[in-house]
Amino acid sequence: MKFISRIILCVSSLFLCNCAEQLVRVQPYERGNLAGPLMSQERDPLQKAMTEHAYFSREASFGGGGVGGGGCGCN
Amino acid sequence: MISVKKQMNQNQNTILIMKNIIRTIMLGLVSMTLASAAPSVGQAMPKLSGMLPGAAIPNTAGKVVLVDFWASWCGPCKASFPCFNRLHQKYAGKGLVIVGIGVDEDPAKYQAFVAKQQVAFALAHDAKHKAAAFFAPSTMPTSYLVDRKGIIRYIHSGFKGAKTEAEYAKQIEELLAK
Repeated sequence: MKFISRIILCVSSLFLCNCAEQLVRVQPYERGNLAGPLMSQERDPLQKAMTEHAYFSREASFGGGGVGGGGCGCN
Repeated sequence: MISVKKQMNQNQNTILIMKNIIRTIMLGLVSMTLASAAPSVGQAMPKLSGMLPGAAIPNTAGKVVLVDFWASWCGPCKASFPCFNRLHQKYAGKGLVIVGIGVDEDPAKYQAFVAKQQVAFALAHDAKHKAAAFFAPSTMPTSYLVDRKGIIRYIHSGFKGAKTEAEYAKQIEELLAK
Protein backbone atom coordinates (compact mmCIF):
# COMPACT_ATOMS: atom_id res chain seq x y z
CA MET A 1 0.00 0.00 0.00
CA LYS A 2 2.84 2.33 0.96
CA PHE A 3 4.64 1.44 -2.28
CA ILE A 4 1.58 2.21 -4.39
CA SER A 5 0.99 5.54 -2.66
CA ARG A 6 4.65 6.50 -3.25
CA ILE A 7 4.31 5.59 -6.93
CA ILE A 8 1.12 7.65 -7.21
CA LEU A 9 2.90 10.60 -5.57
CA CYS A 10 5.87 10.36 -7.96
CA VAL A 11 3.65 10.02 -11.04
CA SER A 12 1.37 12.89 -10.04
CA SER A 13 4.29 15.20 -9.21
CA LEU A 14 5.92 14.48 -12.59
CA PHE A 15 2.58 14.92 -14.33
CA LEU A 16 1.94 18.23 -12.55
CA CYS A 17 5.47 19.43 -13.37
CA ASN A 18 4.78 18.83 -17.06
CA CYS A 19 1.41 20.55 -16.81
CA ALA A 20 2.95 23.57 -15.12
CA GLU A 21 5.67 23.83 -17.75
CA GLN A 22 3.58 23.43 -20.87
CA LEU A 23 0.01 24.38 -20.14
CA VAL A 24 -0.21 26.95 -17.39
CA ARG A 25 2.65 29.39 -17.93
CA VAL A 26 2.42 32.13 -20.53
CA GLN A 27 5.73 31.92 -22.35
CA PRO A 28 7.80 35.10 -22.97
CA TYR A 29 7.11 34.90 -26.72
CA GLU A 30 3.34 34.69 -26.13
CA ARG A 31 3.06 37.98 -24.27
CA GLY A 32 2.07 40.13 -27.26
CA ASN A 33 -1.40 40.81 -25.91
CA LEU A 34 -0.14 41.38 -22.36
CA ALA A 35 2.39 43.92 -23.66
CA GLY A 36 -0.34 46.01 -25.33
CA PRO A 37 -0.94 49.56 -24.05
CA LEU A 38 -4.50 48.59 -23.03
CA MET A 39 -3.07 46.17 -20.49
CA SER A 40 -1.04 48.86 -18.78
CA GLN A 41 -2.09 50.14 -15.37
CA GLU A 42 -0.76 53.56 -16.33
CA ARG A 43 -2.72 54.30 -19.47
CA ASP A 44 -2.65 58.06 -18.96
CA PRO A 45 0.78 59.23 -17.72
CA LEU A 46 -0.45 62.81 -17.10
CA GLN A 47 -3.36 61.66 -14.95
CA LYS A 48 -1.07 59.31 -13.06
CA ALA A 49 1.41 62.14 -12.37
CA MET A 50 -1.40 64.42 -11.14
CA THR A 51 -2.88 61.74 -8.88
CA GLU A 52 0.52 60.93 -7.40
CA HIS A 53 1.19 64.62 -6.84
CA ALA A 54 -2.17 64.99 -5.06
CA TYR A 55 -1.47 62.04 -2.80
CA PHE A 56 2.05 63.21 -2.15
CA SER A 57 1.54 66.88 -1.32
CA ARG A 58 -2.13 67.43 -0.43
CA GLU A 59 -3.22 64.20 1.16
CA ALA A 60 0.10 63.86 2.98
CA SER A 61 -0.06 60.18 2.21
CA PHE A 62 2.68 58.38 0.42
CA GLY A 63 3.80 54.95 -0.60
CA GLY A 64 4.23 52.41 -3.32
CA GLY A 65 4.38 54.79 -6.24
CA GLY A 66 7.67 56.66 -6.08
CA VAL A 67 10.81 57.65 -4.25
CA GLY A 68 11.23 57.94 -0.48
CA GLY A 69 9.78 60.77 1.56
CA GLY A 70 8.32 61.61 4.94
CA GLY A 71 4.77 62.48 3.89
CA CYS A 72 4.98 65.92 5.51
CA GLY A 73 3.52 67.66 2.50
CA CYS A 74 6.43 70.10 2.39
CA ASN A 75 7.51 69.30 -1.17
CA MET B 1 -6.95 -25.47 -2.00
CA ILE B 2 -6.84 -25.19 -5.80
CA SER B 3 -8.99 -22.07 -5.76
CA VAL B 4 -6.58 -20.41 -3.26
CA LYS B 5 -3.62 -21.14 -5.58
CA LYS B 6 -5.58 -19.77 -8.56
CA GLN B 7 -6.35 -16.66 -6.57
CA MET B 8 -2.66 -16.18 -5.66
CA ASN B 9 -1.60 -16.60 -9.32
CA GLN B 10 -4.18 -14.06 -10.40
CA ASN B 11 -2.95 -11.62 -7.75
CA GLN B 12 0.67 -12.05 -8.91
CA ASN B 13 -0.37 -11.50 -12.54
CA THR B 14 -2.26 -8.36 -11.58
CA ILE B 15 0.77 -7.01 -9.68
CA LEU B 16 3.03 -7.72 -12.68
CA ILE B 17 0.64 -5.96 -15.07
CA MET B 18 0.38 -3.00 -12.67
CA LYS B 19 4.16 -2.75 -12.40
CA ASN B 20 4.53 -2.74 -16.20
CA ILE B 21 1.87 -0.05 -16.58
CA ILE B 22 3.50 2.13 -13.91
CA ARG B 23 6.94 1.67 -15.51
CA THR B 24 5.57 2.72 -18.91
CA ILE B 25 3.86 5.80 -17.44
CA MET B 26 7.01 6.79 -15.55
CA LEU B 27 9.17 6.38 -18.67
CA GLY B 28 6.69 8.42 -20.70
CA LEU B 29 6.65 11.23 -18.14
CA VAL B 30 10.42 11.29 -17.79
CA SER B 31 10.83 11.43 -21.59
CA MET B 32 8.23 14.24 -21.72
CA THR B 33 10.24 16.14 -19.11
CA LEU B 34 13.51 15.61 -20.99
CA ALA B 35 11.92 16.40 -24.36
CA SER B 36 10.70 19.78 -23.10
CA ALA B 37 14.25 20.85 -22.16
CA ALA B 38 15.33 23.91 -24.13
CA PRO B 39 18.60 23.95 -26.12
CA SER B 40 21.55 25.05 -24.00
CA VAL B 41 25.23 25.96 -24.41
CA GLY B 42 27.22 23.05 -25.85
CA GLN B 43 24.28 21.55 -27.74
CA ALA B 44 24.03 21.38 -31.53
CA MET B 45 21.92 24.02 -33.24
CA PRO B 46 18.91 22.38 -34.94
CA LYS B 47 18.10 23.16 -38.57
CA LEU B 48 15.99 26.33 -38.66
CA SER B 49 14.59 25.59 -42.12
CA GLY B 50 12.78 22.57 -40.70
CA MET B 51 11.03 24.69 -38.07
CA LEU B 52 10.32 27.65 -40.33
CA PRO B 53 9.04 26.24 -43.62
CA GLY B 54 8.87 28.87 -46.34
CA ALA B 55 11.31 31.23 -44.62
CA ALA B 56 14.39 32.32 -46.53
CA ILE B 57 17.07 31.07 -44.14
CA PRO B 58 20.58 31.78 -45.50
CA ASN B 59 23.20 29.07 -45.77
CA THR B 60 24.80 28.71 -42.34
CA ALA B 61 27.18 25.82 -43.02
CA GLY B 62 30.65 26.59 -41.65
CA LYS B 63 29.61 30.06 -40.47
CA VAL B 64 29.16 31.74 -37.11
CA VAL B 65 25.42 32.20 -36.65
CA LEU B 66 23.51 34.59 -34.42
CA VAL B 67 19.86 33.57 -34.01
CA ASP B 68 17.76 36.23 -32.33
CA PHE B 69 14.16 35.87 -31.14
CA TRP B 70 12.34 39.19 -31.22
CA ALA B 71 8.82 40.64 -31.26
CA SER B 72 7.36 43.98 -32.40
CA TRP B 73 5.81 44.58 -28.94
CA CYS B 74 9.18 44.19 -27.18
CA GLY B 75 11.09 47.44 -26.52
CA PRO B 76 14.58 45.95 -26.03
CA CYS B 77 14.13 43.95 -29.26
CA LYS B 78 13.56 47.19 -31.14
CA ALA B 79 16.65 48.70 -29.49
CA SER B 80 18.74 45.68 -30.53
CA PHE B 81 18.09 46.06 -34.28
CA PRO B 82 20.59 48.89 -34.94
CA CYS B 83 23.18 46.84 -33.01
CA PHE B 84 22.57 43.76 -35.18
CA ASN B 85 22.78 45.94 -38.29
CA ARG B 86 26.20 47.21 -37.16
CA LEU B 87 27.39 43.68 -36.34
CA HIS B 88 26.15 42.47 -39.74
CA GLN B 89 28.00 45.26 -41.56
CA LYS B 90 31.19 44.60 -39.62
CA TYR B 91 31.33 40.80 -39.57
CA ALA B 92 29.14 39.45 -42.43
CA GLY B 93 32.14 39.47 -44.77
CA LYS B 94 34.17 37.49 -42.25
CA GLY B 95 31.59 34.71 -41.89
CA LEU B 96 28.80 35.89 -39.59
CA VAL B 97 25.16 35.17 -40.40
CA ILE B 98 22.43 36.86 -38.36
CA VAL B 99 18.91 35.43 -38.42
CA GLY B 100 16.17 37.38 -36.65
CA ILE B 101 13.10 35.30 -35.85
CA GLY B 102 9.98 37.38 -35.24
CA VAL B 103 7.40 35.73 -33.00
CA ASP B 104 4.45 38.09 -33.61
CA GLU B 105 1.20 36.20 -33.97
CA ASP B 106 -0.25 38.92 -36.18
CA PRO B 107 1.48 39.01 -39.62
CA ALA B 108 0.40 42.65 -40.11
CA LYS B 109 2.26 43.74 -36.96
CA TYR B 110 5.33 41.77 -38.04
CA GLN B 111 5.29 43.37 -41.50
CA ALA B 112 4.72 46.87 -40.12
CA PHE B 113 7.65 46.50 -37.71
CA VAL B 114 9.97 45.14 -40.41
CA ALA B 115 8.96 47.96 -42.76
CA LYS B 116 9.91 50.58 -40.12
CA GLN B 117 13.29 49.03 -39.31
CA GLN B 118 16.03 49.11 -41.88
CA VAL B 119 17.12 45.52 -41.54
CA ALA B 120 20.30 44.39 -43.28
CA PHE B 121 20.28 40.79 -42.01
CA ALA B 122 17.97 37.80 -42.64
CA LEU B 123 14.53 37.68 -41.03
CA ALA B 124 11.99 34.90 -40.56
CA HIS B 125 8.45 34.91 -39.21
CA ASP B 126 7.56 32.26 -36.65
CA ALA B 127 3.82 33.01 -36.45
CA LYS B 128 2.92 29.56 -35.15
CA HIS B 129 5.71 29.62 -32.53
CA LYS B 130 7.17 26.35 -33.74
CA ALA B 131 10.79 27.50 -33.38
CA ALA B 132 10.04 29.58 -30.27
CA ALA B 133 8.42 26.60 -28.54
CA PHE B 134 11.46 24.48 -29.33
CA PHE B 135 14.03 27.05 -28.14
CA ALA B 136 11.81 28.24 -25.26
CA PRO B 137 13.61 31.60 -24.87
CA SER B 138 13.59 32.70 -21.24
CA THR B 139 12.92 36.34 -22.09
CA MET B 140 12.47 38.63 -25.08
CA PRO B 141 14.82 39.12 -26.82
CA THR B 142 16.95 35.99 -26.49
CA SER B 143 19.76 35.21 -28.90
CA TYR B 144 21.90 32.15 -29.55
CA LEU B 145 25.45 32.46 -30.81
CA VAL B 146 26.55 29.37 -32.72
CA ASP B 147 30.12 28.50 -33.76
CA ARG B 148 31.29 27.31 -37.19
CA LYS B 149 30.69 23.68 -36.20
CA GLY B 150 27.02 24.36 -35.40
CA ILE B 151 27.35 24.22 -31.60
CA ILE B 152 25.59 26.80 -29.42
CA ARG B 153 28.38 28.69 -27.58
CA TYR B 154 26.61 31.66 -25.97
CA ILE B 155 23.04 32.53 -25.03
CA HIS B 156 22.06 36.16 -24.42
CA SER B 157 18.90 36.97 -22.48
CA GLY B 158 17.64 40.51 -22.94
CA PHE B 159 19.43 43.45 -24.53
CA LYS B 160 21.29 46.01 -22.41
CA GLY B 161 22.52 48.46 -25.04
CA ALA B 162 26.25 49.10 -25.52
CA LYS B 163 27.20 46.55 -22.86
CA THR B 164 25.50 43.70 -24.75
CA GLU B 165 26.85 44.96 -28.08
CA ALA B 166 30.41 44.86 -26.74
CA GLU B 167 29.82 41.30 -25.48
CA TYR B 168 28.47 40.26 -28.89
CA ALA B 169 31.47 41.78 -30.70
CA LYS B 170 33.96 40.06 -28.39
CA GLN B 171 32.26 36.67 -28.64
CA ILE B 172 31.74 36.89 -32.42
CA GLU B 173 35.42 37.76 -32.95
CA GLU B 174 36.40 34.83 -30.73
CA LEU B 175 34.20 32.40 -32.68
CA LEU B 176 35.26 33.76 -36.09
CA ALA B 177 38.91 33.26 -35.15
CA LYS B 178 38.42 29.54 -34.42
